Amino acid sequence: VTEWHSPHKEDNMAEPTIDTHDDQSTDHPSEDGIDRRGFLECMAWAGTGVLLTVSGGVLSSRTLAHAAGAPPEGDFSFVQISDSHIGFSAEPNRDVTATLQQAIGKINALQSVPEFVLHTGDLSHSQKPGAFDTLAENLKSLKARQVFYVPGEHDVFADGGKEYLNRFGGGTKGKGWQSFDYKGVRFVGLVNVLTFKESRLGSLGPEQLDWLKQDLGGLSGSTPVVVFAHVPLWAVYPQWGWATGDGEQALALLRRFGSVTVLNGHIHQVMQKVEGNMTFHTAMSTAFPQPPPGGAPSPGPWKQVPEDRVKSMLGLTQVNYVERKSPLAIIDSTLA
Amino acid sequence: MTSRVPFTSKPSAWRAAVTGAALIALLGLPASLLAAQGAPSAPPVTAAKVAGSKISIENFEFSPRTVTVPVGTMVTWTNNDGEPHTVTSSAKLFSSSGLDEGESFSYTFASPGTYTYYCQLHPHMTGTIVVK
Repeated sequence: VTEWHSPHKEDNMAEPTIDTHDDQSTDHPSEDGIDRRGFLECMAWAGTGVLLTVSGGVLSSRTLAHAAGAPPEGDFSFVQISDSHIGFSAEPNRDVTATLQQAIGKINALQSVPEFVLHTGDLSHSQKPGAFDTLAENLKSLKARQVFYVPGEHDVFADGGKEYLNRFGGGTKGKGWQSFDYKGVRFVGLVNVLTFKESRLGSLGPEQLDWLKQDLGGLSGSTPVVVFAHVPLWAVYPQWGWATGDGEQALALLRRFGSVTVLNGHIHQVMQKVEGNMTFHTAMSTAFPQPPPGGAPSPGPWKQVPEDRVKSMLGLTQVNYVERKSPLAIIDSTLA
Repeated sequence: MTSRVPFTSKPSAWRAAVTGAALIALLGLPASLLAAQGAPSAPPVTAAKVAGSKISIENFEFSPRTVTVPVGTMVTWTNNDGEPHTVTSSAKLFSSSGLDEGESFSYTFASPGTYTYYCQLHPHMTGTIVVK
């Protein structure tokens, strides 16, 4: 298994504290010569549920309170939601449909109506009967014109993705991967949850990688690219499976582009880093938080979270695209 | 406790043997109706005796990972993780749905053999039932 490790120490991401800076990076300038101190800050949820990180002035991440007062910015915006886990009903959230609805309400209340929504997987909680129906029914109330999906492992494990593809795979290639252009930006949805095999890591597989190579082949390097997939394409925490085994092969195909934004879910918390021209970002869940890497014996619903703080750890991600300005501005909003 | 259930030597396996209280299997009744109800066990007398066996799913592991049981044993897996897991035969003989925390799945092994299984959601989680 090929694991991709960024030059900075991943363990620094694990501390559940505010403003977890990357102290290692300045000792080891990266190959692209960029000093990471100014670029990279690991974000973690904070005691009040407020997420606030600005990296080098190019990436912003704010609470909704901050975002709501700001005028709409950019040429267009879209929203990422993730890990709705419809069918989950246990601590720390016994009504994941209600919190999904709250997320939808927040999206519909945004000053600039997002052009579309990306759902980065785990629509259902272990393919519970009726979960896909409930999700689809609730998302109908979105003002955004369209929702694009990639599956999480919870959506496909039982039947290899058959039901998911029937319901949500319209217009996709292969086993659910897809690409589309929007106002000069290439969006690429990848599926990395179908072939875990003996590994605990996500996997794209050779067929999809071949497709990706072809799909990106004709594009100019100046085309902004947004990649979305469920399991992080970067090695957030391989010990818990929070990585994609062959993710590096996809990233290698993306390195020639001047602006690449990688949006993932799966880990139910916000983390981001900048690596050269690539920005990596993971979204909160609309259903329940998971512990920070290594913060519990194993991943899963984080039950120790006090009830009044759960919603500060759920949310959505708004992305604003401004032409000729890269990378994209990413804003995380909690449900609190 | 019956000594006819040769569990593996891990201490946790012996605990599983103790909690998985054995029942007397009445001739002619399917073993699946009899096993693992927690009733006190009687001393083993004949080869028809069957003990229920319990396996815990905890921190993304099947525990004990390998269990040896007599033919006719009903094995019960209980998920003690907040994350759902499945119990899925590698040879597609049986599979649970996604088990939430506290939910159980049982399967009765009617023939001798070595049965490997895994969790479909987390395929690195594997276990083995040896039926003798």
